[in-house]
Amino acid sequence: MICLQANPIDTAAVAAAAGGDGDGAVSVFLGTVRNVSVGQRVLFLEYEAYASMAEREMERIAAEAIVRFGVTKVAIVHRIGRVEIGEASVAIAVAAPHRAPAMEACRFVIDTLKTSVPIWKREHFEGGSVWVEGAGR
Amino acid sequence: MIVRILYFASLKDRVGASEETLEVPESCDVAALWALAQERHPRLRDVTTRPLAACDMTYAAWDRSVAGVEEVAFLPPVSGG
Repeated sequence: MICLQANPIDTAAVAAAAGGDGDGAVSVFLGTVRNVSVGQRVLFLEYEAYASMAEREMERIAAEAIVRFGVTKVAIVHRIGRVEIGEASVAIAVAAPHRAPAMEACRFVIDTLKTSVPIWKREHFEGGSVWVEGAGR
Repeated sequence: MIVRILYFASLKDRVGASEETLEVPESCDVAALWALAQERHPRLRDVTTRPLAACDMTYAAWDRSVAGVEEVAFLPPVSGG
């Protein structure tokens, strides 16, 4: 399960999609929407993606995590469109026979996603909105 | 040759459109294409952070030739997650 979607993420389904009978660990990371950014109250976020490339990049990161950390399977779901405060904007689940590689690979996947997958967030405030631009690759 | 140029997020706002199709010489590289885009869209001229570029959905260097490429995307620094 590697995809972009407009609807809220079923996090249990993401974890279930990663885990198999030979796995002793499923590490799950949820990125959630905060109500504040640099001291300003955020009302909601809006995500835009270069969808076809974003899905390819997420597939590439998942494949790299499997090779690098020896994990079994990686699931990644990222929201697009409007995401409310408290909702998950991204869910990552990594399954492995043991916990250490699952947790390390999960961290690798979110860190890499944030620097290389073509997705952008727009923060909406009272009276305005602004595109957030990352630190770059 | 014909190339489709895609703009995202803040770049899309500056251009006022998410894509356009241009006729460019075979010798054109990504840098020349960006210069052409800036010429066509004045609001791209004061973009301070050089965007990333992707050719047919793969990140591309600034000196990558666009010969044979169907789709070039200009991407602001990403901010997903």
